Amino acid sequence: MNRAHKLLAALAMGVCALAAQAEVVSVPIAGGPFESVLPPAANIKVTVVAPFRLDATVVSNADFAAFLVKHPEWRRDRVAGLFADEGYLRHWASAVNPGPAIARQPVTQVSWFAASAYCEARGARLPRWYEWEFAAAASATLPDARKDPVWLQEILDWYSKSARGPLPVVGASPANYYGVRDLHGVVWEWVEDAGSMMVSDDSREQGDPNRNRFCGTGALSFEQKENYAMMMRIAMLSSMKAAYSSSSMGFRCARDVAAGR
Amino acid sequence: MTRNTIATLLVAALLTACGASDKAAPAPAVAATGGSLKGDFGPPQGEPVHAVLTSPPLVPPATNRKQPAKVIVELEVVEVEKPIADGVTYTFWTFGGTVPGSFIRVRQGDTVEFHLKNHPSSKMPHNIDLHGVTGPGGGAASSFTAPGHQSRFTFKALNQGLYVYHCATAPVGMHVANGMYGLILIEPPEGLPPVDKEFYVMQGDFYTVGKYREKGHQAFDMQKAIDENATYVLFNGAEGALTGPKALKAQTGQHIRMFIGNGGPNLVSSFHVIGEIFDKVQYEGGTHFQENVQTTLIPAGGAVTVEFHTEVPGNYVLVDHSIFRAFNKGAVAILEVSGGPRADIYSGKQLDEMYLSDRLADPAAVTTAVQASASGTLTKEQQVKAGEVLFKGTCSACHQDTGAGIPNVFPPLAKSDFLVADRKRAIGIALNGLTGPVTVNGNTYNSVMPPMSQLNDDEIANILTFALNSWGNNGGVVTAKDVTQIRATTKRPEGAAH
Repeated sequence: MNRAHKLLAALAMGVCALAAQAEVVSVPIAGGPFESVLPPAANIKVTVVAPFRLDATVVSNADFAAFLVKHPEWRRDRVAGLFADEGYLRHWASAVNPGPAIARQPVTQVSWFAASAYCEARGARLPRWYEWEFAAAASATLPDARKDPVWLQEILDWYSKSARGPLPVVGASPANYYGVRDLHGVVWEWVEDAGSMMVSDDSREQGDPNRNRFCGTGALSFEQKENYAMMMRIAMLSSMKAAYSSSSMGFRCARDVAAGR
Repeated sequence: MTRNTIATLLVAALLTACGASDKAAPAPAVAATGGSLKGDFGPPQGEPVHAVLTSPPLVPPATNRKQPAKVIVELEVVEVEKPIADGVTYTFWTFGGTVPGSFIRVRQGDTVEFHLKNHPSSKMPHNIDLHGVTGPGGGAASSFTAPGHQSRFTFKALNQGLYVYHCATAPVGMHVANGMYGLILIEPPEGLPPVDKEFYVMQGDFYTVGKYREKGHQAFDMQKAIDENATYVLFNGAEGALTGPKALKAQTGQHIRMFIGNGGPNLVSSFHVIGEIFDKVQYEGGTHFQENVQTTLIPAGGAVTVEFHTEVPGNYVLVDHSIFRAFNKGAVAILEVSGGPRADIYSGKQLDEMYLSDRLADPAAVTTAVQASASGTLTKEQQVKAGEVLFKGTCSACHQDTGAGIPNVFPPLAKSDFLVADRKRAIGIALNGLTGPVTVNGNTYNSVMPPMSQLNDDEIANILTFALNSWGNNGGVVTAKDVTQIRATTKRPEGAAH
C-alpha cells in the first residue's frame, strides 16, 4: 500500500467515522532528546524522539465498531485464534455492537494485532514506547513533570483503585501540555514495540548477566527507580502477549509527521 | 542407633562446638535433616491430589500421606477493595481474595503443579515467588501472568519448613505492600505432631496517603513505603481482623500451634503473645526449635511456628512488641481462651491497696493481731502495734507519722478534739471518707479524704485504737465489732470497693 492509498483509506475511514462519532483529533509533538525509564542501551541514557503526531484521545468502543464494519475479519466471532485470545471483545453486547452503555468508553479487551490493524486502517500506527512515554511525561503545564511528586502520586492513585468500576468516557480527563488526554488514570495502552519490551519476567533480575537471553531490547533495564508509575506500565506491557486482551488495556494511534495530516 | 545417625549427630555436635550454630545451643539434640539432598523421595505416586487451600486464620488439614504425591495447587489472584480499618477502605492485591493469601500445605518430596490465575478484573500483571521452591526466582519468572490469564509451573518440594510466598512483579515492594503474601507449609515426611488447634496469622505493614484511621478510601503512598514509615502494622490485613467476634478461639487445656508469617514489606516483627509463653518456637520456620520463649523475631519475608498450651481462661493478645505498632498502628489480635478458672495457676486480682515506699514498719505485728483477733485473745497493746504499722502504710501520707497533719490542708490526729469527741464518727469517716469543712482544734479544714475501702474491720479498729492511744490523745479501744456495726448502718459511698 503506497502513501496515496493510505491517505485515501484514512480519508474514507474519517468520512465513515464522522457519521458515528466525533473526528479523531491528533496533535503534533515535536519530540527531542529524552531520558526514558528504559534507556536504549547500558551506557546510553538519552534517546531522541523524532517528531510525531498522537491521537488526543484513546479509541472508543464506537470507534472500534465502525472499524469492524469495514473489517469484519476482526469481529470476535471471525477473528483468527492466533490474533486474539478468548477475552477479545467479550464484553460487547454482540459481535458488532458494544451496546449503548459503553459506546463512548475506551475500547478494551483488544489484542495488539487488532489494535495495530485498526491504526493501519486509518493510515496510522500504534505509538512507539518512547513516543508514548514522551507524551505521557507531560502534566497540564509542563512538558516533563516526572520530578513532580504530586503529579506522580496522582498517577499512582489510579493503581489504588479497583478495575471493577465502569471506565470514564473517552476524553474526560484534562488535556496535558500537548493537548493529549487520557494518558494516565484511564486504561493501559498498547504500544507498537510492546513485544520487544520484555525487561524480564522476574523484575528483580536487573543485574543478572544472563538477561541477554530475552529477545529484542531485553538488555534494557529500569532507570529512574522512583518512577513507579512507568515501571508498572512496562510491567503490564511485558506481561501481555500480542494476542492477549485485558479489561484495562486499550490503545490510541500515532503517525509519523512525514506521513502527513 | 544406626551408624549414619551417629555420624550425623557427631557432625552436628562438632558444628555446635565450632559456633556455627549459635542458636541451637540448649535445644535437645535434633538430627540434621540433610536439607534438599535428602528431600527427594522419588517420583510422585498415586493419583494427583488437589491441595486444600484455606483462608486465614484457618489452616488446611494435615496431608497424612506417607508417599510423595503430585499435588495440584490452583491459586487465584484478585484485586479487591476491602476495609483496612473502621471506615477506611484500601485496594488490596491478594492471593485468593484475602490478606494474607490462602494457606498451602504439602509434604516434603511432593511434586507441586502450580496454577496461578490472574482474575480478568485485575488491573495488574502478577506472579508468585514461593520461598519453598528450589529454582531461579522461586517460580516468579515462570508464573508472570497478565490479567485474565493463567500460568503453570511445577516444582518438587525438597526442603521441609514453613515458607512465605509473595508476588515479585515490578514494583515488588508495592505488590507486597498491597497484601500479596501468604504461607506454604512443607510438612516433614513424618508429618507434624497432632495438636488441638492450628491458626494462620501474618503480619504486614501498610502505607496510605491518609493518616492512621483517616476515613474514606486510601491510596498507597509510595514515599512513605520508601521511608519505611508505616501507617498501619496489621495482623491478617485489617484492623480488627482477629479481634471482637473475629477473635481466635480456643479452650483451656489445649495444645495450640500457630503458623505466623511476616509479609513485610519493610518491618521486622517482635512477635509476642501477652500472658503466654511459647513452649516451643521453630524459629525462622526451620527445623530446630527453642523452648520457653517470650518474644520471637520474625524477619520480613520469614515465618515461625509457635506452640503453647492453654491453662488459664481469658483473652491473650497477640502483638508486635515493637509496641507503638500494637497500640498506634493496629498490630493487635486476640486469642480468646474459654474454660473454668484455674486459681491455682493464676488467681485474678487478690489485692488492690495503696503502696507507699516508706512503709518500713515490721508487718509481723499485723499478722499477730489478725491471729489474736481470730482466736479472741486480742489485746489493746497488740491492736496499737498493728495499728501503727497500718497507719504508716495508709494514713501517714496525709496525717503524717507524728499525727500532726499539715496546717490548713490535712487536720491533725494528735491531741485532736474532733477525733476523741465522737468515736463512732471517727469509724464512719475511716470507712466512708469525708468531704467538706470540719473544725479541728479551732482550725477549719476543707479537704477530701477518700473512703478507705481497702481496709477490713480489724484493720480500721487497729488503726483507730493506735490513734486514740498516741500523740496525747485520751486512750480507749475501737473493736472490730464496733466497725462492723457502723459499716452496717452507714450508706456506702458509690464506687467504694467493699
